[in-house]
Amino acid sequence: MITIIIFIFAAVGISYWWLLRQRVLEKPWLTEGTGVDRREDLASESPTAKTGLIVFLAVVTSMFSLFISAYFMRMELNDWRPLDEPGLLWFNTLLLILGSLSIHKCARSAANQDANGVKVTLLATGIFTGAFVAGQLIAWQQLNEAGYALRSNPANAFFYLFTGIHGLHLLGGLWVWSRTSIRVLAGVELEQIKLSVELCRNYWHFLLVVWIVIFALLLST
Amino acid sequence: MTYVALADRGQELSHPKSFITKYIWSQDHKVIAIQYGLIAIAVGLVALGLSVTMRVQLGFPESVSIIDPSEYMQFVTMHGMIMVIYLLTALLLGGFGNYLIPLMVGARDMVFPYMNMLSVWVYLVSVIILMASFFVTGGPTGAGWTLYPPQAILFGTPGAEWGIILMLVSLAVFIVAFTMGGLNYVTTVLQARTRGMTMMRMPLSVWGIFTATILGLLAFPALLVSAIMMLLDRLLGTSFFMPAIVHMGEQTAYGGGSPVLFQHLFWFFGHPEVYIVALPAFGIVSDLLSVHARKNIFGYRMMVWAIVGIGGLSFIVWAHHMYVSGMNPYFGFFFATTTLIIAVPTAIKVYNWVLTLWQGNIHLTVPMLFAIGFIFTFIHGGLTGIFLGNVVVDLPLSDTYFVVAHFLMVMGVSPILVVFGAIYHWFPKVTGKMFNSTLGKFHFWFTFLGTYSIYLPMHYLGFLGVPRRYYAYEGIDFIPESALAMNTGITVAAIFVAATQILFFVNMIWSLFKGKPAGPNPWNATTLEWQTPQTPPIHGNWGPELPQVYRWAYEYSVPGADKDFTPQNEPPADVEVAAS
Repeated sequence: MITIIIFIFAAVGISYWWLLRQRVLEKPWLTEGTGVDRREDLASESPTAKTGLIVFLAVVTSMFSLFISAYFMRMELNDWRPLDEPGLLWFNTLLLILGSLSIHKCARSAANQDANGVKVTLLATGIFTGAFVAGQLIAWQQLNEAGYALRSNPANAFFYLFTGIHGLHLLGGLWVWSRTSIRVLAGVELEQIKLSVELCRNYWHFLLVVWIVIFALLLST
Repeated sequence: MTYVALADRGQELSHPKSFITKYIWSQDHKVIAIQYGLIAIAVGLVALGLSVTMRVQLGFPESVSIIDPSEYMQFVTMHGMIMVIYLLTALLLGGFGNYLIPLMVGARDMVFPYMNMLSVWVYLVSVIILMASFFVTGGPTGAGWTLYPPQAILFGTPGAEWGIILMLVSLAVFIVAFTMGGLNYVTTVLQARTRGMTMMRMPLSVWGIFTATILGLLAFPALLVSAIMMLLDRLLGTSFFMPAIVHMGEQTAYGGGSPVLFQHLFWFFGHPEVYIVALPAFGIVSDLLSVHARKNIFGYRMMVWAIVGIGGLSFIVWAHHMYVSGMNPYFGFFFATTTLIIAVPTAIKVYNWVLTLWQGNIHLTVPMLFAIGFIFTFIHGGLTGIFLGNVVVDLPLSDTYFVVAHFLMVMGVSPILVVFGAIYHWFPKVTGKMFNSTLGKFHFWFTFLGTYSIYLPMHYLGFLGVPRRYYAYEGIDFIPESALAMNTGITVAAIFVAATQILFFVNMIWSLFKGKPAGPNPWNATTLEWQTPQTPPIHGNWGPELPQVYRWAYEYSVPGADKDFTPQNEPPADVEVAAS
């Protein structure tokens, strides 16, 4: 449970730091008027949807930390037989990095009012990400053929579990991506899809980090 | 001033046109709150029925035989799970959270209304899946509400065919619903507070619900993770939790898994869950006490810090549920210490409630009675918690009725009293009608004294060593005749308490149609929800402009002021000060 404890300490630490910035030490019964509300001074006030996404990503991080905690605890038991990760995973990682780069570029293009750039990079994101998901499925097949069945060892079960849950999150991302793409193709103003693209970008970067952590974990154990 | 009210920035309200979009597929947080509340209360009545059936079986084993031992286990399981998750969590966060947050922070609605609507309907799906398990082969699961493997998924435990699968799926669906709602509650508090509503001016109800939601968002994934892994063990034959086991004379295909791993994951969710239920109750009770004692809450800052502190600590006490699980015994020392530390902020809250009453102008209204009743039951349940938090005391008391009495006192009766108090308190705002006070007082005294006569004797049974989860107690040597008589007495009290809840429903339904108009602010409260232009508040809550907040939420009986409360949104210039 060390992993989840570290995550919780980080989450609680960030929350407490944020609360301190909200001046939880002040005495609210002594102040009157609206002057104490300094939110208009804070230029960093982010759009609601971005805040919502950050909270959601905290939930997802909590879930993955718990899976990783369970992984470490289960690993200590004596029936654990590590598996050989297929080399294909390196290629898949590259695909996901490319997907992340293209959505990053896409958000830039949206900010620069470059409609063509948005279309191209958005399409590239979809292709790279779709290829990643397909690549993961092929990796599953290779593993299964190599005799690493789901139920034959907990190490295998965790491999399928991690990659499966991560893949499901990417599919969720692709669903949002497809809705954004439809809006782009329908010719919606760039200003209106800028936020959607930025949300996609944050989500893709997050899932890339999650994948790198999981992949490193799987390789090192 | 260029300030655009945050709550009005980038938000468009959906304007319902037909009956269906207004009351069924509604995106209005108030309608969603009522939907959450009604579903939760309906499923709670099922759980109440289960508990009465169990009590009748326990109390009169010779004269009645309604359920068999398997059904008894199934009823225990379903009663526990429904009450903890589908009633209390859903009602306090989905119901009160939805209703109160936007009104109390001065927003027009939740920030993601569509997702909020999805939340309640997905919650309904999870309830339907859970209820379906009563009708499948083998019935609902009888694994106990903690669902410990290996027995939870082995045949021989009631409901191992379909019940456990439906239970796990239903929990996963519930977590999806909760996450959608929870994102709304947290983001609304962060982003949609009206001008002047700083964090430290929020009523404690909002603080409690806000912190509890964050706990839920971080802790429910643990339940999701354990549910997914157990489903894989049950359906695909993995061995995450399942050790090598001989079952009914045959070696199963499982091997090497760790049941204690499940317990760690489960209680990593399970303990914060206690505070997911308790923190909103703490917050709401603080507001009820302050309003009905006409006095500011004692130590507002300390109350906020205590809520936040309890929230943080609640993540590092989970293994005090596992002293007898076979985990490393040295863990016990650590977790007993953290458990005793969490009693400190909790005690601060109790002192502050009592000190709020001290020299207050106490109005013994129905909500106030329930709030004061809560202080009693919570102190009671809290103190027995300190007993059980210590390893050496816990070991002999574990799995006895003492534990049953402890958690039903602290997590059953206490939050339910707050829920009743809160329903009575906000009923005039939700419906615009006033309830019958006399009926309400009868309801309080019968419930309060009745629950005490259920749970106080249970502590004594626990000291005698009477084990919990048993279907029948006849013919066990160490249980004296007198304990069996006490057991029957508990059943009589339980039937009485269950029956008196009819008073509540009669009162609510009758008042809804025939109650006197309550007016916008019957309790003379300061918080924003009582200052809406219409009662009940219409879609969008406020008039053309959002309210502005000038002060904190507890301006009661200020010396020199001409009336004993000053609403949060009353401009300072309008506050008349009596000539001195």
